[in-house]
Amino acid sequence: MTSALSIDKLRVAFDEFVALKDVSLEVKPGESFGLVGESGSGKSTLLRAVAGLAPVTGGKVEVNGKPLGAKRDKAFYRQVQMVFQDPYGSLHPRQTVDRLLLEPLDIHGFDDTERRIVRALDEVGLGSSFRFRYSHQLSGGQRQRVAIARALILEPSILLLDEPTSALDASVQAEVLNLLEQVRAARKLTFVMVSHDLAVVTHMCDRLMVMQHGREVELLSSADLAARKVNQDYTRSLLTASEGYRRSA
Amino acid sequence: MSTLLQVEDLRVSFPTRTGLVQAVRGVSFSLGKERLGIVGESGSGKSQTGRAIMGLTAEHAQITAKKLDFNGIDLLKVSTAERRAMRGKRIAMILQDPKYSLNPVMTIGRQIVEALRAHEPVGGAEARRRALEMLAAVQIRDPERVFNLYPHEVSGGMGQRAMIAMMLVAGPELLIADEPTSALDVTVQLEVLGILNRLVAERGMGLIFVSHDLRLVSSFCDRVIVMYAGRIVEELPASRLTEAEHPYTRGLLNCMPKIGADRHPLPVLDRKPEWAL
Repeated sequence: MTSALSIDKLRVAFDEFVALKDVSLEVKPGESFGLVGESGSGKSTLLRAVAGLAPVTGGKVEVNGKPLGAKRDKAFYRQVQMVFQDPYGSLHPRQTVDRLLLEPLDIHGFDDTERRIVRALDEVGLGSSFRFRYSHQLSGGQRQRVAIARALILEPSILLLDEPTSALDASVQAEVLNLLEQVRAARKLTFVMVSHDLAVVTHMCDRLMVMQHGREVELLSSADLAARKVNQDYTRSLLTASEGYRRSA
Repeated sequence: MSTLLQVEDLRVSFPTRTGLVQAVRGVSFSLGKERLGIVGESGSGKSQTGRAIMGLTAEHAQITAKKLDFNGIDLLKVSTAERRAMRGKRIAMILQDPKYSLNPVMTIGRQIVEALRAHEPVGGAEARRRALEMLAAVQIRDPERVFNLYPHEVSGGMGQRAMIAMMLVAGPELLIADEPTSALDVTVQLEVLGILNRLVAERGMGLIFVSHDLRLVSSFCDRVIVMYAGRIVEELPASRLTEAEHPYTRGLLNCMPKIGADRHPLPVLDRKPEWAL
């Protein structure tokens, strides 16, 4: 079976600074894969490089068995869509939800736009009353739902999620995570999810890669992580840190 | 335990085009030399509570309280000048993101010196010595070097330590920390909290720790106040957080994913309108 996403020795450099140092990974179709690390670990850069948003200087990326060229074509974006961290920054402030959802359909030449927009909103749990609102009239959680609807409207097979809930309150985070799991199950999507939060990644993903300084530290399953079967000290220190502050007596 | 701060029926409201928005609606608590956590989600009024005590509420807002007493001083009655003299000297505040709350065109050392000399008539050499001492106290390894750096030249964790140094250099009695570690990586977060914890204990300060992160606050503070829609819904010792009774507190604790807990879907918060009454 071909991998949904296959990355081989991917390298990203911003001038002389190498942000991603020859990272390789395979994601199976229908799998949910997590990337964890602290700021500067290269986790978001990896995701952006796949989406064509970071300068790739070496390595290969294949999507559903097809190698990607230097520039992403339309067909690529039909298969791969991305949801960004900050729902306040990723929605056009002067476009209504309707206009936001229409744009990708327009670009890709869909004709039954009306039906698709209604269905997309319905799928993310926003009623049609939200359709003609502007993003500033929505809460953070509602905005992220719109961003997810926009990503899903082209019926991609792979969703790249860059910290999709870290700008949201804990209770809203739970709702958005549940929504993501629900659409993944319904559409048999492949997820690649970036987060600094180990608990969120182990909740959402089957396998994960811990990254630091642009390199892979460890590749492990969520079950192993939960059982504390980790091999690297760095992963262990992340695990300890995620348990909260401990007052040293 | 002597009481440092007494707050009774604090209300903060903002007039807007669509009417009065009440951000804080009758908050009461008292604080001694302890660590008090104020937890809530966006819009719960937790930050406005801290800002009202610090005297940083926007000018057009209306603040009322039956009592807002700091060490015998009625904070609602003092003049702007007195308030200004107290701010930094007796009550200090650590803000969330060092990237935005430090002066970008002034070296870290000069900013600490400025904070100190605003409140104490000390000479240049003495101020420099105290600033370096303070940088060492927040565990900056090479204070001399960091003294001469600009905020953009240091990491987030280092910037936040510099801010702690700046806030503590004048020796305040009460420290308000508004999401002091939310912009930091988890491992750095623990270091900064460790430093804060040690300094607060050593200097016998009162601390108000404002945060959205219920678990972090409960692991750090002695007592936790949970706010919802401008009111306190529950107050409890941090060690007994698991025995929280209010459905909002319980829901907030419950809805966070936990490593090793296999809960699909996650329980979500069912907000009851009566919580906001």
